[in-house]
Parts: sequence; structure tokens; C-alpha cells
Amino acid sequence: MKYVDEFRDRAVATALAERIKKTIRRPWTIMEVCGGQTHAIVRFGLDSLLPKNLTLVHGPGCPVCVTSVSLIDQAVCIASLPKVIFCSFGDMLRVPGSRGDLFGVKSAGGDVRIIYSPLDALELARKTPDREVVCFAVGFETTAPAWAMAVTQAKQSGMRNFSLLIAHVLVPPAMEAILSSPQNRIQGFLAAGHVCTVMGYEEYEAIAQRYRVPIVVTGFEPLDVLEGVAMLVGQLEEGRVEVENQYARSVSREGNKQAKTIVDEVFEPAARAWRGIGEIPASGLRLKSAYNAYDAELKFQRELAQLAEGKEDPECRSGLVLQGLLKPPDCPAFGTRCTPEQPLGAPMVSSEGACAAYYRYRSHATLEYRCEGQVNDRQ
Amino acid sequence: MTVNNKSFEPACPLPISGKHTVQLAHGGGGRLMQELIQDVFLRAFHNPMLAPLHDGATWPIEKGTLAFTTDSYVVRPLFFPGGDIGSLAVNGTINDLAMCGAKPLYLSAGFILEEGLSLDIVQRVVNSMAEAARAAGVPIVTGDTKVVDRGKGDGIFINTAGVGLVPTGVRVLPSLIQPGDAILVSGDLGSHGVAVLSVREGLRFDGNVESDSAPVHHIVADLIDSGIEIHCLRDLTRGGLASVLNELAAAAKLGMVVEESAIPVSEPVRGACELLGLDPLYVANEGRFVAMVPMQQAEATLAVMRRHEASRHAAHMGVVTDRDPSMVVLRTVVGTHRVLDLLSGEQLPRIC
Repeated sequence: MKYVDEFRDRAVATALAERIKKTIRRPWTIMEVCGGQTHAIVRFGLDSLLPKNLTLVHGPGCPVCVTSVSLIDQAVCIASLPKVIFCSFGDMLRVPGSRGDLFGVKSAGGDVRIIYSPLDALELARKTPDREVVCFAVGFETTAPAWAMAVTQAKQSGMRNFSLLIAHVLVPPAMEAILSSPQNRIQGFLAAGHVCTVMGYEEYEAIAQRYRVPIVVTGFEPLDVLEGVAMLVGQLEEGRVEVENQYARSVSREGNKQAKTIVDEVFEPAARAWRGIGEIPASGLRLKSAYNAYDAELKFQRELAQLAEGKEDPECRSGLVLQGLLKPPDCPAFGTRCTPEQPLGAPMVSSEGACAAYYRYRSHATLEYRCEGQVNDRQ
Repeated sequence: MTVNNKSFEPACPLPISGKHTVQLAHGGGGRLMQELIQDVFLRAFHNPMLAPLHDGATWPIEKGTLAFTTDSYVVRPLFFPGGDIGSLAVNGTINDLAMCGAKPLYLSAGFILEEGLSLDIVQRVVNSMAEAARAAGVPIVTGDTKVVDRGKGDGIFINTAGVGLVPTGVRVLPSLIQPGDAILVSGDLGSHGVAVLSVREGLRFDGNVESDSAPVHHIVADLIDSGIEIHCLRDLTRGGLASVLNELAAAAKLGMVVEESAIPVSEPVRGACELLGLDPLYVANEGRFVAMVPMQQAEATLAVMRRHEASRHAAHMGVVTDRDPSMVVLRTVVGTHRVLDLLSGEQLPRIC
């Protein structure tokens, strides 16, 4: 498939892995920020191609995983209301809050629907004027423009039955939170390519200099990740601290101006609680006051006021996983008391969650395998 | 009668002719049910064994081994690109019989209809079943209809059961899988799941993906007639290839190694799966199966399969080993290895 196959080429992957092995002299610990990169690494076994003295740490870059228990509880509360059609991306449905998950609401008779695009939800609201369509607006900078677009269109057409429960988070403040932690051991970042496609990477230049960490904006295909690692190891070995762009086919320094403009028009930064990490200042988005009519937290204030403070499962160590301080298999509950069927925390559920990635692709002992060569190539 | 100067029709439960929608009385045993049976079912399914309208079908048997299977169909939407619930219900049960190495003989059809459903839709589904049964040469010889209250069903649910005859000397079982067997797949994966998802969710993909729903019993019969020593067959329905290989590896207590680059997946299906965050190896198929045969017969098996339209893209994609019993290992496109595990729950479309 065009734009995919050429980034999964076996010979190029081997050559990139060789380049990394030749370059590296000292042990390094680097973090891939985005959950999509974590999945590429685990799904394609890329870590098995890398030298032993390079440690990859999985970052907090899965918006589903970092959504707080309180917000999930709010979603469950609103979705249970009879007049509401609750729309969410599929990943969120199985994430446990302290009062169950959205699948539970659906099986108890709530109208919970999976959507693929914010504009689908807007269309649904248009078609069902007697119902309240509430959307769980989850995501990083990547999905924010589409939600902003939906809200401006709703406002233009004077719709009143459409609102957002916002769980939006921003990547750079999370990176800074990790870097300023006394336990930090991250020496370089693979930044999230999709986020930078929207936002550009000017912001990262200050972070790189302030914390003296090299950053490489990196894509999501196997060769993207390997090339990003090669560039990052190159910087670390040469003692350079720069923001480099591996994902140049999609990312420019200034990002997508139109997308940024509409996000600025609709949203403003706000403090946001991250699951397992706690509140990080200015790390989330909220609607500007001109769009208050579309804020589900305000619209359903009365119902939400009765909610008790959500508590995370005390056994779940997802906070440590999301900060790169614990590898999923090292968690005592991993694969036993915590599985995708009975998750303690979101990283075991989300398609981009680190725990789910390890569970799905690595639930057995590490494989040392040589193929017998008896399998034909594609006919 | 007029009320407020408007014409008024009594809404009391008088007998309603129900010409256009399914009524509870269509399952009640009375005149409406007889009409439905005569006008819709018998007209479409007519065959000598159904004609006596007895409580069941009867036929004489020879000595030998029978295969017997049943499956229920609840697909939504009822009509999708490349098929519908009717043809699916016929092909699915025929394929289950074929996977036992059996020649399918007869099918039954049980319908659960929802009150209020358009009779035109019932007619379309029944016609499609009849057409699929005729094309496959496997008649529907007995049936049943029930009607449930509006809101208690999803239009139509269909159950089909099937009886088949296993030719003398043919044994097809997971326990017969041997280390060193070739693992073959009969065609490209994921079309059915993607086709259904695309209409269910109103998604548009390049290349118009159509369901692969098709009967495969004639392919299996051809393999048997060609002298292929089939060890095991399994159709790749719910859970897709990955789930089936895991089931078979566990049943046979053997390992399997699969070459990712050898697994056929069409471009539009790959594109749709990349976009939605689905893995085609876990997506449902309705006309695809895997075959485990001795390695030295792999090429001959492929040659027979490729004679048939439904398995034109058959491929050799893996090998059975005695290492890592019960485990399926995927050699990825970049040359690394990982476990191909069972999926937990449904595949959920990803967020970004």
C-alpha cells in the first residue's frame, strides 16, 4: 500500500538498526512520547533490533490512558441520562471509572454510540433535535481542530442540543512535567509526529534548551521510528541538543496554521488532571467563554454536582507507567489481576496504551526465533 | 366516522391484512402465517422434500458418517456490499459442513422476525437465501417462523442447521495437524468485516470493499477428489485468522509460524484497517478458510484452490512446528518475531 509499504521495508529496517548499533557507544535512555509509536515498536518487534544499551521508555502519549477517573465518572453520569445520546471514540468505552465504564452504561440501556469523527456527532445532533448529543472530546492537539470545527459549526447554525465533555490534553506540558521530576531518567525524546503535524515544533525548541534534551519529531511506521532513534542516538553521542524533524513528509516547523487558528478561536489552555500523574498546569484545553453553551460540564452542572470524587484503583500503577518509571510487565497486577477484559487502568484498554501493547504482543516469554525459511513469499 | 372533522380509523385490534409489514399474527399459526409460508417461503424454497409440509424432512440414509452443524445469523445491517443476511445464513452453514470434510446435503431455516418489519425485506432476504441454496446445490428442506414484539428483535434473525455426508476415508480434525504441515489460506482477508462496518457506520473507503461471503464446499470437494491429504480445515469467521490459528494451535498442542508478508490482504481493506486502527488478521471473513496439509502437497493444494474463483488468491503463509506448543508466532514484515495472540473483547476503532 502506498505510503505504508515503503516505510516497512525489511532491508532498510536492518540497515537502520545497523547504523544505530555502529553509532552508539554509551548507554542511553530515551522516551517515545506517543502511544502510536509504542504500538509500532511492540507490534513490529523493533526493540529486538536495537542494541541492548539503548533503553526505550514508553511515554504518556495516549489521550485515553491519561483521562482522569473523575472525567470518566462524569461521562458515565451524563451518558446514563435518558435524554442524552453520548458519543465517544471506541477506545474510551472500556476504560474503567470508579462507577463502571461506558460499555456498562450501554448494556444498562444508555444510548452510547461510537463515532469516527466529531462532524458525525454534529450531524447526529442535527437529525435528533429532541435529544441532547454529548461528545467525549478526548485527544491531544491532533483531534482538537476537529472538535473546534464542530463547535463553531454548531454555533453558526444556532444548535442547542450539542455539547462537549472535554478531556483534551497537551503534549509539551506533560514532557516538561516528566523532565522536571526528580526521578527523571529520560535523556532524549521521540516527539509525536501527528501532534507536530498540527502544532509544529517551535515549542519544543525551548524545552530542548531548558532541559538540555535532544528531541526528534518522529512518525509512526517502523522505519520512521528506527530513523528517529538513529537521529536521536546520533545527537546524544555527538553531544548535540537540537530539535530535528524525521517526519518531514508531514511536519513543518510552524505546523498547520489554519488548524491552530481554529483551536485558538475556540479553546484556551487550562489545568488538567492526568490519570496517575495528577494535575499539570495549562496542560489541557477548555472552551472559551463565548462557547460556554457547548460545554457539557456547565450544561449538566446540576447532575454532575452529585458525583463523589472519583478514586483510582489503588492497585493500578499506570501513573508510573505513563511517566516511564515502570515497564508494564514489571507491574505486579499485569496479566493477572489486570487484563484487557478486566482492566484496572486505561493503559490496559486503549489501542495505544502501553500495557495493552505489551499484553497483546508480549504476553508470553520473549521469543528468540529463527524462521525455518519454509514459508514462501507472497504469491 | 369522523372526529374533529378528520377521518378516523379505528385502532382496535381487528384482523389486519398485513400486506406490507410483519404482524404478530404472522407467527401465530393462523391465516396470515399460512399466507407467509405459501407466498414467501414455499415459493422461494420449493423443492420435493419441502413440498409435503410435514413437521420435518425425511430421507433414507446409506452407511457412512454424517456431519451436523448449526449457526445463527444476527448481522446488522441486513444488506451489505457483496451479500445479505440470507445468503450469509446459507453459505455460513454450508461452509461449517465443508470444514468437517463433508458434502453438504440439506439445510433447515428458522426465522425470528420482528413485528413491523417490511414484508418486502422478508421477501428479499428469503429470495437471496433461495438463490444461494440453489447456487450451492444444497436445498432448504424444513423451516420455522416466529414473530417477536416490535423492539424485541433487530429485523430478522436467522438460524440455519445443516446435515452433510463425510466421504469414506476422509478425516479432517485439529488433532490430525502435524509438525511440518503447511498452513494455507484460501484468499485475501478482512473484506466481510470491513464491508459490513462501512455500511453500518456510513464510512466510505476507496475501492468499494465487498464481502467475501461465498460457499466453499466445492473447493473442499475438489481438494478431496484431487487426493490432497487434508489434515485440518477451519473457516475464518468471527475473530479472523489470528483467532482461528490460536484455537487450532491450542487444540493440536503445536506451534505455528506465520509470515506476515505472505498473508493476502487487499489494498482497500488494508487502507480501511490502517485508518480505523483495526488489524485485518482479526477481522471477520465469510468465504475464507485455512488448510493444514503435508508440506510436500502445499503447491498441489494451492493449484487446486486457485482453480476456483473464491480461492483464486490462495497463499502459503505458514508452517506448523513442534516448538512453542499452542503458540502462534508472526514473522513481521520487518523480519522480527512476535506472538499473534487472541484478541480481548471486540476490536475498537482507535481515537486518532
